[in-house]
Amino acid sequence: MRDIQGYTMNFGPQHPAAHGVLRLVLEMEGEVIRAIDPHIGLLHRATEKLAEQRIFNQSIGYMDRLDYVSMMVNEHAYVMAIEKLLGITPPPRALWIRTMYDELTRITNHLMWLGAHGLDIGAMTVFLYCFREREDIMDMYEAVSGARMHASYYRPGGVYRDLPDRMPQYQPSKFRSKKELDKLNEARSGTLLDFIEDFIDRFPKAVDEYETLLTDNRIWKQRTVGIGVVSPERALNLGFSGPMLRGSGIAWDLRKKQPYAMYDQVDFDIPVGTNGDCYDRYLVRVEEMRQSARIVKQCVQWLRANPGPVMLDDHKITPPRRVEMKGDMESLIHHFKLATEGYIVPEGEVYAAVEQPKGEFGIYLVSDGANKPYRIKIRASGFAHLAAIDEICRGHMLADLVSVIGTLDIVFGEIDR
Amino acid sequence: MSELILGFWNGLWPEARLVLTSLFWVLVIMVPLIVAVGFYTLVERKVIGYIQGRVGPNRVGFHGTFQWLADVLKLVLKEFVIPANANRFLFVIAPIISLVPAFSAWAAVPFADGIVLADINAALLYILALTGMGVYGVIIAGWASNSKYAFLGAMRSAAQMVAYEIAMGFALVGVLMAAKSLNLGDIVRAQEGSIFHWYWLPLFPLFLVYFISGVAETNRAPFDVAEGESEIVAGFHVEYSGTGFAVFFLAEYANMILVSALSVVFFLGGWLNPFAGVPWLEDVTAGVPGMVWFFAKMAIFIYAFLWFRATFPRYRYDQIMRLGWKVFIPVTIFWLVVMGLFIVMNWPWINLGFTVLGISIVLILLGRFAGSKTPVTT
Repeated sequence: MRDIQGYTMNFGPQHPAAHGVLRLVLEMEGEVIRAIDPHIGLLHRATEKLAEQRIFNQSIGYMDRLDYVSMMVNEHAYVMAIEKLLGITPPPRALWIRTMYDELTRITNHLMWLGAHGLDIGAMTVFLYCFREREDIMDMYEAVSGARMHASYYRPGGVYRDLPDRMPQYQPSKFRSKKELDKLNEARSGTLLDFIEDFIDRFPKAVDEYETLLTDNRIWKQRTVGIGVVSPERALNLGFSGPMLRGSGIAWDLRKKQPYAMYDQVDFDIPVGTNGDCYDRYLVRVEEMRQSARIVKQCVQWLRANPGPVMLDDHKITPPRRVEMKGDMESLIHHFKLATEGYIVPEGEVYAAVEQPKGEFGIYLVSDGANKPYRIKIRASGFAHLAAIDEICRGHMLADLVSVIGTLDIVFGEIDR
Repeated sequence: MSELILGFWNGLWPEARLVLTSLFWVLVIMVPLIVAVGFYTLVERKVIGYIQGRVGPNRVGFHGTFQWLADVLKLVLKEFVIPANANRFLFVIAPIISLVPAFSAWAAVPFADGIVLADINAALLYILALTGMGVYGVIIAGWASNSKYAFLGAMRSAAQMVAYEIAMGFALVGVLMAAKSLNLGDIVRAQEGSIFHWYWLPLFPLFLVYFISGVAETNRAPFDVAEGESEIVAGFHVEYSGTGFAVFFLAEYANMILVSALSVVFFLGGWLNPFAGVPWLEDVTAGVPGMVWFFAKMAIFIYAFLWFRATFPRYRYDQIMRLGWKVFIPVTIFWLVVMGLFIVMNWPWINLGFTVLGISIVLILLGRFAGSKTPVTT
C-alpha cells in the first residue's frame, strides 16, 4: 500500500480567521489536523521594555494597547500594582467607577468575541448585531475619557475625572434626517449615568437576540458541541483562566476569589460550564454578559446616590486641579514635578491581577525606588490559551480549528505584548 | 434599407438563418440574465444589509443602483494574475467551464407557456447533465491554482457535489414520476389546477431536498465550505483576480437564479396562476401574463438564498456529507416509494398533498407543546 503523506499548511498571518496576526503552521492529513505550531511575535511591541523607560503614569496608555478589546481592565491591573506599592487606596467613588467600567469593558470584549466567533463559524449577522451594542459602550468610553478605545482613564489614586453630566450628541448631517437624529440623541439627552442605565436596561434584550440566532441553532450546535473539549484537570494544568477555565466547570473568578475594587459589594453569579467544549464556553461568555449588566446596574445605583471625589488629594501622586494651579504656587510645583519626573514608588515588588474578560491579567511590578519601574512582567491570559491550541485541536478538522480559535478569544496585543 | 436587409436575410442558407435566429434568442435570454446577475449582487448586499441593521451600498447612483456596474468595471479593469506555478491553460479555462453550464441550462427553461428557447423532450436530463458539469470548473480551478487552500476547496466541492447531485436526482425522479414527462413545459402543465396541485405539496419532502441541494450545489451559505471564508480563505477561487474572479462570480449567481427558476418549474407550477380555482381572484388575475407569475415565484427563492446566508452559520464539511448521504437520500427514496404506491393504486396527487398538509400540522402542534428548553449552565 502506498504511503499517504500529510502536508504542511500555513494558517495566517494573513487569514480571515486569524484574529489579527496569528500564524499557525498546520500539519494536515486531508482535512484532519495532526499538529499545530503557533508562531507568535508578529505584533511584538516591547511593552515591558518600554515601560522601564518611562515614568509610571506614562505607561498607562500602553496597557490599553495590550488587549485592545478590553482596554480599561488592563489599566486596572497596572494601576492596582502601583497603588499596592504606594500603599494608597483610591476614594470609594473611584473604585465604583472602575468596577462599572470594568464590567462595561467585559461586555465590549464579549460582544467583540461573540461577533468574531460567529463570523468565523459563518453567522455573519451576529457580528453586526454585536457591534450595534458595542458602539454604545464606545460612546461611554468617549464620554468619560475622550477616546473611544484607548482610554487611559484609570490613574494611580483614582480615575482621571468624574463622570460627565451630559453626553455628546449626534450632529445633523445630510445623511441623517431630523427624526433619526432625535431618536439617536434621545438616550443621550441626560447624564452619562442615564445613558448607561438606558443601555443596561435594553442590553438583556439584545443578548436574547444574539441567542435566538445561535444558542438553539442546530448548525451552531453541530459546530461547537463536543469541539475542543478541555477537561477540568487539563484546564488547570495548562494555566487556563477566565471563561476558558470556567467553561470546563471550575468556578474560579478573581472577582469572587480575590475581590478587588468594589466586587465584594456587588451581587453577581459566576457561570460555569459542564463539558468544557466550545459550546459551553460560548454559553459561559453569554451569561457573563448578562451578569456584567447586573453589576453595572448596581454600580449605577450607587454612583447616582453617592457623589464624592474620584481622585486622591495627595498631590505628590495625583495632579492638582487646573484651577488651583493658576493661583497656587505649590500646586504649580506639584504639577511640574508630576509632569516631568513623576512620582517615586518605594522599593519592592508586587503582583496585581484582575479578572480580565479573557482570564487572569496580571502585572508583576518591581520597583527599585526610582520614578520608573525597574521591571514589569505582564501575565496575559491569552498566551496560555494559545499555547494549548495544539493539544485542543489535534485530530479535529480544519473547520473546528476555526471554532476553537474563536472560543480561545485570543488577542495578539496581549500575547505578543 | 429594410428591403435590403430582408433580401439579404432571404438570400441566406436556411441553416445560417437558423443559427442567426437562435443567436438572437440566446442574446435575448443572456443579456437580461447578466444584468439580473448584476442586480442580484446589489440586491444581496442591500437585503443582507437591512437584515443586519445597515443600509448596504448607497453611494453609486440612486441608493446604490449602479453599484454592481461599478463593481464589474473594477473587476474587469483589474489585472488577471496567473500564479507562477499554476497550470496556465487550465487556470484560464476553469472559470469558463463553470460559466458555460450555468448559462446554457437556461435554454430549456420555460418562462411561460411555449416561451422557451429549446423545447426539448429530455430537458430534465439536459439540465441535470449541465448542472453536474459546473463542478468541473471548480475542481479544475482548485487544481490549476496550485494552492493548498484552493485545492482543499476543490476537493470539498467535488465531494459535496457527488452527494447532493444524487439527492437532487432522486428529487427530480419524483417530479418525473408525478408528471410522467421529461419536458419542462409538460411538467408545468401537469401541475395545472389550484395552488394545491402544484408539486410543492404532494412532493413536499422532495421540494425541500431539491431546494436545499440546490443551495448546496451553488456553494452558497450555509453550505459554502468550498469557499468557506474563515477556513480556506476563498477556497477554489483564492488565486483568481480581475475578470477570472468576475466570471466565477457571474457563474455562481447565474446558478442561483437558475436553481430558483428550476424550483419554480418543478414545484411551484412555473407560469401558472396561483389564484387558479379561487372564485373572485382568478377572474381578476386572469389577464396577468404567465411570465409575471414565473418571475414573482422565482423572487421567493432568490430571496431565500440571501436569507439563508444572513441567518445560518456554516456547516462543517463532514456534516454536509452526513446531511447529504444519511438524511436527504433516504428521505427522497422513502418518498419515491410512497409515490410509487400512489401511482400503483391510481390515487390522485392532491390526496397525497392533503395528507402531507395534515401530517405537517400535527407535527407543528406537537412541536409547540413539546417545546424544548435550553440547558442552563449557570
